[in-house]
Amino acid sequence: MNALIPLPIIVPLLGASLCVIAARARWIQRIVSLSALTCNMIVAITLFVRVDDRDMVVMQAGGWPVPLGITLAVDRLSAVMLVVSSLMLLAVMVYAIGQKAEESRYAAFNPVYLVLAAGVSASFITGDLFNLFVAFEMMLVASYVLLTLGGRPDQVRAGMSYVVISLIASTFFVTALAVIYAATGTVNMAQLAERMPELPPGVATGFSLLLILVFGIKAGLFPLFFWLPDSYPTASGAITAVFAGLLTKVGVYAIIRTQTLMFPPDARQGTLLLVLAGLTMIVGVLGALAQDDLRRMLSFHIVSHIGYMIFGLALFTLAGVAGAVFYVVHHIIVKTALFLVAGLVERRSGSDRLSRVGGLVRSAPVIAVLFALPALSIAGLPPFSGFVGKFALVSAGIDSQDWLIVGVSLLVSLLTVYVMVRIWSNVFWGEPEDPAIVAWIASEESRVPRLMTASASVVVALSVALMVFAGPLYNYAERTAADLLAPQRYIESVLGSDAP
Amino acid sequence: MSEPSNAPASHGTLARSRRMMLLDTSMKVLYPSILVLAMYFLLAGHNRPGGGFVGGLVVGGALALRYVSGGAQAVRSTFRLPPHLFLGLGLLMSASTAFVPVVLGGSILEHGDTTFHLPIFDKVKVTSALPFDIGVDLIVIGLILMAFAAFGEDVPDAPGAADDGSDAPSPALKIRSKP
Repeated sequence: MNALIPLPIIVPLLGASLCVIAARARWIQRIVSLSALTCNMIVAITLFVRVDDRDMVVMQAGGWPVPLGITLAVDRLSAVMLVVSSLMLLAVMVYAIGQKAEESRYAAFNPVYLVLAAGVSASFITGDLFNLFVAFEMMLVASYVLLTLGGRPDQVRAGMSYVVISLIASTFFVTALAVIYAATGTVNMAQLAERMPELPPGVATGFSLLLILVFGIKAGLFPLFFWLPDSYPTASGAITAVFAGLLTKVGVYAIIRTQTLMFPPDARQGTLLLVLAGLTMIVGVLGALAQDDLRRMLSFHIVSHIGYMIFGLALFTLAGVAGAVFYVVHHIIVKTALFLVAGLVERRSGSDRLSRVGGLVRSAPVIAVLFALPALSIAGLPPFSGFVGKFALVSAGIDSQDWLIVGVSLLVSLLTVYVMVRIWSNVFWGEPEDPAIVAWIASEESRVPRLMTASASVVVALSVALMVFAGPLYNYAERTAADLLAPQRYIESVLGSDAP
Repeated sequence: MSEPSNAPASHGTLARSRRMMLLDTSMKVLYPSILVLAMYFLLAGHNRPGGGFVGGLVVGGALALRYVSGGAQAVRSTFRLPPHLFLGLGLLMSASTAFVPVVLGGSILEHGDTTFHLPIFDKVKVTSALPFDIGVDLIVIGLILMAFAAFGEDVPDAPGAADDGSDAPSPALKIRSKP
């Protein structure tokens, strides 16, 4: 069973190497990437079932004991993230093939996409802070390439700011690693968890803040989010979808993991995180309201919803963390679905300007339905999973008597409904006035490839399934939260397994 | 080895007039010795300074020297295989070496070693991490070859400038000698 742990990292890398070798034969590349991602999904589901059923699994790379070797560990949080991310990566790959854009044009797409997949899996699996950095870099370097693959001037401009901000974050990360290692003599997360309480409280708090800064940039927390809505929309539909669905959530995962595992309760930044969460929610949703471009609007909206996840974590109660975990899972699937559908809208109507397109509910009823389901879910209308997630978070907030953040989250929730209504009434109702758009919709070229619609439908169906299985998933999130708030088991599993 | 300095100026190679005899001659000694050094680093890397990455970089240095002396064509003709094959095969080799121990029931990246005696070298230690290092070496070489292929094309000179028999410096030097 333990042999499965490194597979989500190794299989995409092997796939990437085969894709590089087969650079001239796109069909081989496609077979390789699809089978690697399918294999990842199967491994992730197996790990998920096994970890939930029994206990977390640990492997020490190279067979070296803890401080020397690299710990790979899968607990409930990692397992659920692995399952969701592998599902999204596979669906988006199919969508990218259907899109016939970057994927068909550039031999680099498939290998780089697989490296991205390996990086995402590695960040969820690693139990070592330095290797979290390595995993982040793998993911980021791949994302630099994917973001600027088209080579258009606006992509290069947005890519530049993305590269610069990511490099700054990475520099902070390495610096944080250096000082943490200097103070504790280890970068293994389980060992850090043991040694952090022995540090003076001020030092531990400093480390905690430094890591929030680093992961806050990656997650798009206020006030470090500005790069996100600027860079994401310039990539092609499939790539934006995978960035929006996964990359920021890897940052959120890192915040959850480090805050709950490594830091003793008095060094956790509950209040600060609550303030940041509130501001992130408000600024994100107000930013979304001001946009005219569908994908920019949705990108600002990611920022707003990162706030919800951090809100749940910042309470540091069972209900709060459970709500955060549930919300992360919900948001990955629903946001990916929305971006995939936004890609369909763009293809069908030839533009993603809200002010130019219109009337898609008549000209493309399927796309309208595909958009409506995740939009209702993200707006938090019952009975969709967004409602369950928000309800869990708000009730956790009420239990902790943090009235202000509860009020803010409810207000932002209303504004989210307004954002979705604005998209709906502009894109799907009314009539397009621009003759160019009318001509495009009437033309043969505006036909959306079946593969794109199919894979978007699968993701939308998953988001609906989330509503059906919200009960079991929430129970799972509660078990995860219980694990996270009592990290003793994680520490023992990692440190105990190397005992002779 | 570097091409003879009186080779005709074909597409992509430096014109005869733009080659430096001193560099071309020293290449005959330098290029193979750098490659031997790279090989040493690759094999010595397990317990001493060196390793696949360093070995690859040293090969990259040798290739850079070839580029300065003979231009992009000289780098391209160094290896018969296209650069992306180096990259892919190297990654394949490293990733599979990392994974083989898992198949055998160990953990990822685990390795074993064996020591045996050879007539001249006396004690030789061979570890199963060597294929991993060779893979890394190939990745670095592939990357450097691709970088030269992407950015190293010779800039076409102004008409008449290349073949007028004057002692024009190579492009690399030209850039540096700008005021």
